[in-house]
Amino acid sequence: MTNNAALLMKKTVQAAAGLGGIFAASATWAANSKYNFQEPASRMAADIHDLHMWMIWICLIIFVVVFGFMFYSIYAHRKSKGAVAAQFHESTTVEILWTVIPVLILVGMAWPATKTVLAQKDTTNADITIKATGYQWKWGYDYIKGEGEGIAFVSTLSTPRGQLEFGEYPGENYLLEVDNPVVVPIGKKVRILTTAQDVIHAWWVPALGVKQDAIPGFIRDTWFRADREGVFRGVCAELCGKDHGYMPIEVHVVSEEKYAAWVAAQKQKSAAPAAAAAQPAPASAS
Amino acid sequence: MSAVPHDVAHGHDHHDDHHHGPTGLMRWITATNHKDIGTMYLIFSFIMFLSGGVMALTLRAELFQPGLQVVQPEFFNQLTTMHGLVMVFGAIMPAFVGFANWMLPLMVGAPDMAFARMNNWSFWLLPPAAILLIGSFFVPGGATAAGWTLYAPLSVQMGMGMDMAIFAIHIMGASSIMGAINIVVTILNMRAPGMTLMKMPLFCWTWLITAYLLIAVMPVLAGAVTMVLTDRHFGTTFFNAAGGGDPVLYQHVFWFFGHPEVYIMILPAFGIVSQIIPTFARKPLFGYASMVYATASIAILSFVVWAHHMFTTGMPAKTQIFFMYATMLIAVPTGVKVFNWIATMWRGSMTFETPMLFSVGFIFVFTLGGFTGLMLSIAPVDIQYQDTYFVVAHFHYVLVAGSLFALFAGTYYWLPKWTGYMYDEKLGKRHFWLSMIFFNVTFFPMHFLGLAGMQRRVPDYNPMFADFNELATVGAFGFGLTQLLFAYVIIKCIRGGEKATAQVWEGAEGLEWTVPSPAPHHTFEVPPVFEAKGHHH
Amino acid sequence: MLVRLAIAAVGMFGFGFALVPFYEKICEVTGLRNLLVSNASDNAENTQVDTTRNIVVEMDANTHSLAWRFKPLQSNVTVHPGQLVRVDYEIENTLDRAVTGQAIPSYGPKVAERHFRKLECFCFTQQTLGPKEKRIMPVVFVIDGTAPVDMNEITLSYTFFEVAGKG
Repeated sequence: MTNNAALLMKKTVQAAAGLGGIFAASATWAANSKYNFQEPASRMAADIHDLHMWMIWICLIIFVVVFGFMFYSIYAHRKSKGAVAAQFHESTTVEILWTVIPVLILVGMAWPATKTVLAQKDTTNADITIKATGYQWKWGYDYIKGEGEGIAFVSTLSTPRGQLEFGEYPGENYLLEVDNPVVVPIGKKVRILTTAQDVIHAWWVPALGVKQDAIPGFIRDTWFRADREGVFRGVCAELCGKDHGYMPIEVHVVSEEKYAAWVAAQKQKSAAPAAAAAQPAPASAS
Repeated sequence: MSAVPHDVAHGHDHHDDHHHGPTGLMRWITATNHKDIGTMYLIFSFIMFLSGGVMALTLRAELFQPGLQVVQPEFFNQLTTMHGLVMVFGAIMPAFVGFANWMLPLMVGAPDMAFARMNNWSFWLLPPAAILLIGSFFVPGGATAAGWTLYAPLSVQMGMGMDMAIFAIHIMGASSIMGAINIVVTILNMRAPGMTLMKMPLFCWTWLITAYLLIAVMPVLAGAVTMVLTDRHFGTTFFNAAGGGDPVLYQHVFWFFGHPEVYIMILPAFGIVSQIIPTFARKPLFGYASMVYATASIAILSFVVWAHHMFTTGMPAKTQIFFMYATMLIAVPTGVKVFNWIATMWRGSMTFETPMLFSVGFIFVFTLGGFTGLMLSIAPVDIQYQDTYFVVAHFHYVLVAGSLFALFAGTYYWLPKWTGYMYDEKLGKRHFWLSMIFFNVTFFPMHFLGLAGMQRRVPDYNPMFADFNELATVGAFGFGLTQLLFAYVIIKCIRGGEKATAQVWEGAEGLEWTVPSPAPHHTFEVPPVFEAKGHHH
Repeated sequence: MLVRLAIAAVGMFGFGFALVPFYEKICEVTGLRNLLVSNASDNAENTQVDTTRNIVVEMDANTHSLAWRFKPLQSNVTVHPGQLVRVDYEIENTLDRAVTGQAIPSYGPKVAERHFRKLECFCFTQQTLGPKEKRIMPVVFVIDGTAPVDMNEITLSYTFFEVAGKG
């Protein structure tokens, strides 16, 4: 009975959200570079990506300069080439210089990083608040505030377990797909509250630039504002026991109209008596 | 001690080449000689290194392809946890203590470690601890699978294997503290006349500072795991919100130990490399004083950066910014060290025997790990790197290419002093190149895996991560097999070979090179005269 | 020698004690201090109601392996700093036996904790619910005027834990 209800709900979600659009967008995951961060889908993720690239460039320049010296020395100052060892072993000027220059470089790194930290921590003025509760080993979601308030569901891995045990070649979204994805509207500030039922989990969606530990007994918050539609996949990022690798996160970012349709469909489901019996009251996790 | 007058003209003549005491097995069980104990430490750590390596290879075999082929998730998690614990507490730390035992008395011109019987005790605590730790695989429920960080409340859920791991950590902690006290006292009180603190070899300095770190933080770890133990069995709620505790408190306490621990594993490596590079560059170490100050600053800073491991736990912005800045600062003294090594090489007259190869390899690859470390210090970006393979790549760059390569370098450097024979240079070089190549094949692709979104500590993954994982597994098996070559080179060298001179290396300086090779059982029973050459005008 | 040893011993002992205020300072500076200090519900110093500011307080409820239904009766309230506010939570024991629970509060963002003054709360004591008992319980609080201006949304969350061994 519950299985049927879940299946029905899933179908409604897909119909309401527009099946084609979402699956076309899910190709972005595969299209991402495999050498770098996933393509950002929020301003925050883009800022993080920029900071990351900035750090890589700085490190690369230091790398070239420092190891340029080292490898030149290895090439030129070897005994087999008749090099005679100099005996210098101190130079206050040089030593001060190579202490001060790194400090200046660090300031250049710290400045943009500080701005991003402050932006990341600014969870105020959210349009929608969703609570993500980590369980061993699934995620529960409660829409607490904003459009869709009262929606609650549990989201589990939908890759069939049989596929895990045998060696058959897995599908594209292997271990990254769930039965009930989180649906959010594009362009709205979504605040994610995290908590957990048993051990520490972490709610992580790379393309949205969010990762927040879910701590049993306490809540923590983070936020994102998606700037393009699509399906964004993430995983639990804190070791939480046996099936740590099997509790993915799937966020569908949709247009406002599709979101409204999804909310209506969800409300209808929970209003239906069968579904109401199958699901506990929204705010109480069992 | 230096007040006692001695005939110090002959530093190293007519000592017994033999020990008087029990022979056979009892020689080792009752050993109080620093060289015997040092040897035992090194053998113990090598055995643990191989055990941890077998665990790592099992992990890599499972990760060769998506899907579960070799082990189940429960056992996979036990292996990741035990690989970490065994390598950190069983392999790297005891190996450095082994070097300290062997070399510190020789370097400072002391006849032995300060507390010889305590030295015996601190070694012989280790095998029971190792048995407890590895034996936990065979109890119901298996070994602990909470990750080497043993985060509560997951560690509170574990079976009996967790309790065994906790006791093992207690015992190893006691061993480390005793070892550290011994090292501090030996260095501070037993230096040869004329060897002031600022004239002693840099390896002694790095170990002195490391020993203080050990004394400061091992009790903290013991406290953290004891709280887990009482939470598990005696109804306390340190890490349980229900009773007013906080799971995040565990992380604070653990990382207060954990970050200095990282430096415990790398500072002696800095010391070894700082001994080797001047020898093969035939040029004194550049910036000796600044090396000492840099080491000390790294150690002090390590006490105020712990929360950078916890950026994702949701700390206030102010906290994040403080720990980000403090962490970034560590790059300065670390940079100074790297610059000093390169300046030591600069305009030297270099040869590249195996110890030098490993040292140069160390600088190169460790610095790559340093760069990723700097990237990880940036809080907002760290939140995306945290608990991914990017972090796995980072800490293997600093622990394998850092600590382990320095240990290899040190082994090749002092092996002729220990055995009296030269090792097979050709095989040594081959060991270096194979290690270097396979190390990078294994761990470099992990950076990409982490950036693309693969989390750590999972047995199975999406097929988009498959090719880099395959590559890493191939590299890991290559790296593992290469270490058998290392064992072969050592055994071959113990058995015989070209006779080593006392000096061994053309450019070697220091008291350890004034005693014959192999170093006699008792050395410096009469304190030698120390005259600083090269450095210090 | 003895004198030097004594000085070293005293110095080290003193250093150990100096670490306490040192790390207290660090925790205070970085905002980690609230880890150790429990919510200061006692000093609700009288502050003016600041009607120029609105703060939305969201209510959240969780149970931790406890067969209770626990929910806020209102999902959020808009309050002014300094204003005394009462909100109600409903709790229901679904079991046929009495169960005792303890609620643990938590705040999002975490720094809000310092500006949240509770005068009355079911979390102050353990709550025992009889078989199938349903109860409405209030929380009375004031958000003090020192709350930062940009803090305009606070989540007040409770997690109920079972107190073992109490029926």
